[in-house]
This record gives sequence, structure tokens and C-alpha cells, in this order.
Amino acid sequence: MNELAITVIGRDRPGIVADVAEVLARLGANLTDSTMTRLRGHFAMTLICTGPAAAEVEAALASLAAEGQLLATVRAVTPDGDVPPVGEPYVMAVHGSDRMGIVAAMTRVLVDAGGNVTDLSTRLTGALYVVLAEVELPAGVADTLLDRLHRTAAELGVEVTLRPADPDLL
Amino acid sequence: MTGGERGPEVGLGDWTPESLDVPGEVRAVVSAPHPVLSRAADEVDPTAKETVQLAADLIATMKVSPGCVGLAAPQVGVGARVFAVDVTGHPKAVTVHGTFVLCNARVVEATRWKPGREGCMSVPDLTGDVKRASRLVVEGDLPGSGEPVRLVTDGFEARALQHEIDHCAGLLFLDRVAGAHAVYQRKVYL
Repeated sequence: MNELAITVIGRDRPGIVADVAEVLARLGANLTDSTMTRLRGHFAMTLICTGPAAAEVEAALASLAAEGQLLATVRAVTPDGDVPPVGEPYVMAVHGSDRMGIVAAMTRVLVDAGGNVTDLSTRLTGALYVVLAEVELPAGVADTLLDRLHRTAAELGVEVTLRPADPDLL
Repeated sequence: MTGGERGPEVGLGDWTPESLDVPGEVRAVVSAPHPVLSRAADEVDPTAKETVQLAADLIATMKVSPGCVGLAAPQVGVGARVFAVDVTGHPKAVTVHGTFVLCNARVVEATRWKPGREGCMSVPDLTGDVKRASRLVVEGDLPGSGEPVRLVTDGFEARALQHEIDHCAGLLFLDRVAGAHAVYQRKVYL
């Protein structure tokens, strides 16, 4: 079974998701995990699907990209297999005045503490910059890490919070 | 335990799991996608023998499942409006009614909605952010005696009750997640 990593980026318009999904369904490509969002008005879609050969999907998506409004890439990938969890889930929220290097500096602090970022989104609106990261942390590091995050945030002139995102099993 | 401004509580009285007077058997828990999890369960006769047995089985199955604080009949493959809850000792619990089973339960008051991240034994690989009322009044019947109760609760027990009542209505937490990016791969197994 081929596993394909596909990205589609382009000018947003109603119907893009349906169009792309329809092309893939017609080829027998099974959409597995995907994320789709709007980034500053651009439509952005990243997905993994299984089924046909990469060239076949690329050719089919090229028809959508024909007007030059969409850019699609298709790559064959090998399944990663299950990655063992690093530890406990946390959410880091950062906000403040936009400046260069906020994501780089804050995520470096996370990595240095043994953390693993599993999800991240950023938004710039006016002068306000917002970073939200889901991060897995090794047990027992959160308090020390928060001190370091505060120090780095102070240097950058932004605010940071770190809170556990433990799910409750019901 | 009093209901305060939310009306009087009609508590469990002297009901305990032992009142069921039958040994519970551990049943297999079904996972989504299973049709029984997605259809509204049927009302039951709380005094019927099979309801009493089901109640005992739900408690037995809940007790052997690590970290499990609630289990609804659809989760063991039975389309009946019955569930067990026990949040005793949970760090987020405030009001605690101990181990109990309710039949034909319904929410009669729900206020002070708060977000929280939930997982479910029937959706083992995902968690999701769901808003639930943190103040809750639930009415239902006790299995065995069939006595009506009106439980006034809050916090974590309120969340557990809403999750189980949803199961009896054919709803999973996935039907209530806060948005397109509010479902997460669950990586920590209890």
C-alpha cells in the first residue's frame, strides 16, 4: 500500500476541500490524517493518504492547479510507526508584540527540556503575535521549564503560560 | 450533601452496589465505530432482573478498567439507558456520590459550562476538548428498587455524568468537541 504525503496551498475559495477530496476519492486514495486551515487567506492542506501511486495523484491534482491558483505536491513516504510518548501533554500559549524569533526561541527552550512539540499554530493579527503549542514533556520537568520559559519570554517581551492538558478518561 | 439554590437533592438513600444483590460480571467494552454507540438507547425497567444484572456488570467492568470513572451500557454493547459512575478519589472531584448506577437518567439543570479534555474507553486513541456544565442536576431511577433520585453535583462528577448520559443518547465526546482542531491523538495509556 502506497502512503502519500500531500500538500495543497493556494488562494482560498469555497469548494477547495471538496474538489481536492473528490479527486483523491476518484483515484481510490484513502484520506487518513489531515489538517486543513486558512493561513492569512491562503488555503493550506496537509494530508496523508493511502492508495494509488504518487505520479497518478500528482497528475490528477495538477488539473486543479491548472489555473495557477493552487500548488499541490505529492510525495511517497514510509510509515513512521508508533512513536513512544515522551511524557505528559501540556499546552504552551505565548502572546505579545510581534518580533523575529519568538517561535525559534520558545520551542528551543521546550526541546532543551526534553519536550516534543506535537502540534503548533501561530497567528499574527495587527501587532499581536500568538503561539499555541501542544507539547509532551518528560515527567517532573514542568516547573523548571516554566522558569526558563518565563526568562526567555521576558527577553522577547512576550507572555507565556504552560498548563497541563491531561485528558480525563470517562 | 445539599442542593443549595439548585433545588433539593433526592439522594441515593441507603442504596449501595451491594443492594443489587447479584455478582457483577466483567463484560467486553466495544469501541467506535460500533453501531450501538451511535444510536439512542432504550428506556429500561429499573426493577427488571436484567437491568439489575446489567447494573452489577457495569460496576464490575468499570472497577477492573484502570482510570475508568464511568461506564454506560452501550459501551458494553447493550442499548439500554443505564450507566455506572464512580469518581471517588479523583483529584478533580468536588462533590462525590460514591459508586452508583442510574437508569433512564436525564439532565434537568446544567449551568456554568467549562472546557476540559476528555478521553473515552470506547474511543481509545483520541481525546478532545469538550465544554460541560460544572453545575448539574440529574434525575433518574436506581436499579433494583426503582426509586427515583435527583442528584445535585458539580465539577468532575458532573462531567462524568454528562459523558455517560450522552452515551445513552448515542453521542460520543466527538459529537461535542469544540472545533476542527480540538481532537488529539491520545498518547498516554493508563
